[in-house]
Amino acid sequence: MTRPGLLLASAALMALTAATADAQDKVFRYSTTGDILGLDPHNNNEGPTNTMKSNIYGRLIHRLPDLSLEPDLATEWERTDDTTWIFTLREGVTFHNGNPFTADDVVYSFERQSQESSDMAFAISSIESVNAIDDYTVEIKTKAPDPTLLLNMPNFYIVDKEFMDENDAFEVIAGAGLQNFANANANGTGPFRIVEWVQDNRVVLEPFEDWWGQDERTDNIDQAIFTPIGNDATRVAALLSGEIDAMYPVPLQDIPRLEGEPDVTVLQGPELRTIFFGFDHHRDELLDMPGSGENPFKDVRVREAFAHAIDKEGIKRVVMRGAATPTGLMVAPGINGFQEDMNEPYPFDPERAQELLAEAGYPDGFPVTFDCPNDRYVNDEAICTAMVAMLERIGIDVTLNAQTKSLHFNKIRDHDTSFFMLGWTPGSYDAHNPLQNLMTTEAPGSGAWNSGRYSNPEVEELSVQISQTVDEEARNELIREAFRIHKEDVGHIPLHQQALAWGVRADTVEEVIQRPFNDIDLRYVTLK
Amino acid sequence: MQNIETTVELPAAPSFGARLSGNIKAFLDGDVFYSFKRSPVTIIAFVVTMILFFCAIFAPWVAPYDTYNIAGLNLMDAFRPPAWVAGGDATFLLGTDDQGRDVLSAIIFGLRISLMVGFLGVLIAAVVGTILGLISGYFGGWIDALIMRIADVQLTFPAILIALMIDGIAGAVLGRAAHAESKLAVLVIAIAASLWVNFARTVRGSTLVEKNKEYVQAARVIGIHPILIMYRHVLPNVMGPVLVIATLSLAIAIITEATLSFLGVGVPVTNPSLGTLIRIGNDFLFSGEWWMTIFPGVALVILVLAVNLLGDWLRDALNPKLR
Amino acid sequence: MIDFIAQRMIQAVFVMLVVALISFSLFQFVGDPINNMVGQEATEAQREALREQLGLNDPIPIQFVKWVGNAMQGEFGISYRMGKPVDQLIAERLPATLELVFLSAILALAIGVPMGVYTGLNRYSWLSRVFLTISLIGISLPTFLIGIILILTFGVWLGWLPTFGRGGTVDLGGWQTSFLTLQGWSHIIMPAFTLALFQLTLIMRLVRAEMLEVLRTDYIKFARARGLKQRSINFGHALKNTLVPVITIMGLQIGALLAFSIITETVFQWPGMGLLIIQAIQFVDIPIMSSYLVLVALFFVLINLTVDLLYYAVDPRLRIERPGPAH
Repeated sequence: MTRPGLLLASAALMALTAATADAQDKVFRYSTTGDILGLDPHNNNEGPTNTMKSNIYGRLIHRLPDLSLEPDLATEWERTDDTTWIFTLREGVTFHNGNPFTADDVVYSFERQSQESSDMAFAISSIESVNAIDDYTVEIKTKAPDPTLLLNMPNFYIVDKEFMDENDAFEVIAGAGLQNFANANANGTGPFRIVEWVQDNRVVLEPFEDWWGQDERTDNIDQAIFTPIGNDATRVAALLSGEIDAMYPVPLQDIPRLEGEPDVTVLQGPELRTIFFGFDHHRDELLDMPGSGENPFKDVRVREAFAHAIDKEGIKRVVMRGAATPTGLMVAPGINGFQEDMNEPYPFDPERAQELLAEAGYPDGFPVTFDCPNDRYVNDEAICTAMVAMLERIGIDVTLNAQTKSLHFNKIRDHDTSFFMLGWTPGSYDAHNPLQNLMTTEAPGSGAWNSGRYSNPEVEELSVQISQTVDEEARNELIREAFRIHKEDVGHIPLHQQALAWGVRADTVEEVIQRPFNDIDLRYVTLK
Repeated sequence: MQNIETTVELPAAPSFGARLSGNIKAFLDGDVFYSFKRSPVTIIAFVVTMILFFCAIFAPWVAPYDTYNIAGLNLMDAFRPPAWVAGGDATFLLGTDDQGRDVLSAIIFGLRISLMVGFLGVLIAAVVGTILGLISGYFGGWIDALIMRIADVQLTFPAILIALMIDGIAGAVLGRAAHAESKLAVLVIAIAASLWVNFARTVRGSTLVEKNKEYVQAARVIGIHPILIMYRHVLPNVMGPVLVIATLSLAIAIITEATLSFLGVGVPVTNPSLGTLIRIGNDFLFSGEWWMTIFPGVALVILVLAVNLLGDWLRDALNPKLR
Repeated sequence: MIDFIAQRMIQAVFVMLVVALISFSLFQFVGDPINNMVGQEATEAQREALREQLGLNDPIPIQFVKWVGNAMQGEFGISYRMGKPVDQLIAERLPATLELVFLSAILALAIGVPMGVYTGLNRYSWLSRVFLTISLIGISLPTFLIGIILILTFGVWLGWLPTFGRGGTVDLGGWQTSFLTLQGWSHIIMPAFTLALFQLTLIMRLVRAEMLEVLRTDYIKFARARGLKQRSINFGHALKNTLVPVITIMGLQIGALLAFSIITETVFQWPGMGLLIIQAIQFVDIPIMSSYLVLVALFFVLINLTVDLLYYAVDPRLRIERPGPAH
């Protein structure tokens, strides 16, 4: 075929493609960097995966985009004494497979989610027992007065007892990406049902016609197709050419360009996720220093040296192009328990860092492997590369191990790390959540992502008290104290909160409500 | 890519007992050098290759900045455009990347890694392949059958796949951290493992021809040791094709390394090779920071092109039929 | 002839056996499959039970025989990462890759052969020089760079072609095909061309070299002397003679196409085997890796058997004598 002929043909081709797309129903195609980790709602506590779960599974309480709570499977709830709650369940709700939803399912879900292997156990760890009073009433008893019970309820996913039992899927099998029945099949009460999930390729969802909230649906989509596109450039190209309707994150460097496109809008906003670095506090010998019998990270001076070595402003200005807020706390502004006056980051002071290292007995530094994801957070690999340069400057010999998120998460979850990057959005929007998940190890259900096993007896104790103190002022004081000790210990190094940047086609999408969790909830999507 | 030996012709056998060095000298003095002088493209390719080799070997002295010394990077220098573009800075001729690396220096150091991996890979492949080819051709019989069947299996899997597999398996066996440190070695071995067959098959073919020549038969009869016969009589005669294959293989090896790095399984980002630079720069293509990927890309293409041109010329020059 | 085919068959079986052995030893020596299949919490008794059930306690030669037996029925076990049978995963992905490779091979032949013939016949014309230059650049451009340039040009700047995925496919009894809708074609053309470019230049150069050689042979001179038309000499005699090496190369290169589809599929997010295998390698998902090896080898062997048979159709000399090494 001659060249003009080829061009003509391709033009004709495009015309036809466009025509077929128009003829279809309202299909919402969206994309992010990586695939969901699995469909088991009681596993894989990861942002995009959790959002996918909440499209499919009902919870007793649902969290609105403005972070307030509204009834979902429970229509009302009341506290009858310090530790007892009565939830009245919605009647006439069915699962996607047609099974009716009853109190038994809530009890079963509690038992399943509170298994030790469940990555979501933290959300309900304060609960002592869940009893079915009748088909549509459950009684929840907490171990102690729990001020955050309701806040955690949006992370308590309800599964179908009958369906799970039929398929012998009670046991939660830990590990990202590893498949088993519950991870590969979903049967919830949520507004969308899974049509198919082809791993690493697409998740197809359709509205669940018998959803209890069908009459008040806020979305208008007939089908949603989620496609992971790892390559930033390909993802941008796909949005520009209109093959997808929305995608996130927009690579920071491409924001100006996308804003200049008439058919694309960039939605930006603050995110509640805090990116931080963690150390191995536990091992007596650093993984990278076999035979030495030493773990430099056990010395607070070394950890402080690391904190002073990081040029957070530089990372913000250059790597993040301004789209980040450097931080000194493990929680973001907007999270209950955030302490404005304590948010000052450790100052960037490489000389001080070198002095501290020398004082600790490592004037020439030491070798360490730095574990990083390369497809999870905004510019994660670039941040880590910049970190390597900064740490090398104070004499640390860093080997960067940047890999895909599921490998990274599996590795650090197994504590197989000396120094790592992680990001955290408290699922309950309360400071106790990071204390429990990241900063303590002892209380039941805690330390799921405390990959370096930081543990200070005072913080452990405070964390338990915080979880049981109802009085807000007293509770806030306890949180302040815990954060102060953690900061003094340099338990972790908080880096920044990244900014949200979503790219949306203005010609096909009417509205997508952006939430401070960096992911798209389909019930807030309307198409033109 | 495995086929390159099929288009290589054997050179006419040189005089009895020519030694290796004498052999090379002979073809530099002779027709080959004449054809070199007659081809301006080849001369340019040769000069370009030499310049690139020189830069790579003497990178620490040639490059304006030492991009290996990652502690020397300054984030504040990031995203500078090339010197002649508005906002550019004469201190960074080709601009800087997202980490504040001088692109020109990064290319030069990247060339060093690409060439080193390529060279070592081809060298190992050439030595192993030549030895196996000699053995196979000279002794024949079951050992020949064995080596050639292994070669058949090898031919089934293209270079990139073999390299990927070896890299993946090394990662699993060595553990991730150790793997990162031995990355270069793994790359070299992977590339060598994927290229040796070309040498083995060609050398075997040549050896079969030489073996039946009268002078070799004579040497055998008077009881000269096979190793000596192979070294003195057979080896010099296969050096021509081996050189051609080595040159063309070098181009393949460089592309393979770049591709692996592009796929993210090559050298670590803290010591970028050309492929890594292109992969990182690729993310900035749309946002206007084209220099981060275009320049390393151009450098890679120029390098491979020059090496390919040399290989082509060598093949034609050594192929009497085309002259 | 039967002798020759039998010999080739034996060779093919040998190759497959060796590949099977390699694949099998991947299982044996890389990682403990049990660890990959059960959680860390599993007890020693559970592990032992699974070990027994999977036959991992049998002597290794017996395991190998069993493994080959299963492989011949298309059973390669369960993917460690995806928890699905490997044959099912491959069956989902295979059509995408095969179509891509098929179209690339066609493109490479359809463009490469005419270009080769032209440059062979018109050795010194300016167009030949242009073709040769293009081919040299084509051979020196890494596949991923071509893909990026094409995406940037046709996907973003011109906006003519989609940049990723397969788009509209039609289900033909379980085989998802791109060839029946225009949308499917619009998705496949760019990756296929990217994949084809290297082979295209290779074929062009090869055909050119063969043409140059053949045109010098005596029998072409005789044909000219007999007063045959130039056209019939070029195409009836010369071109026919160049076909043998082209077929050989194409057979060998199908393997290369399969491997390079790994890169093309990554760049274009093409949901085929390449994407599957590259992720499997990252996760050391041995069942997928080993079955991929076997599959690639099988394709290679089958194609080369076909090529050997084609020799007979194309080159009458071979019906009498055995083909020597290349030429």
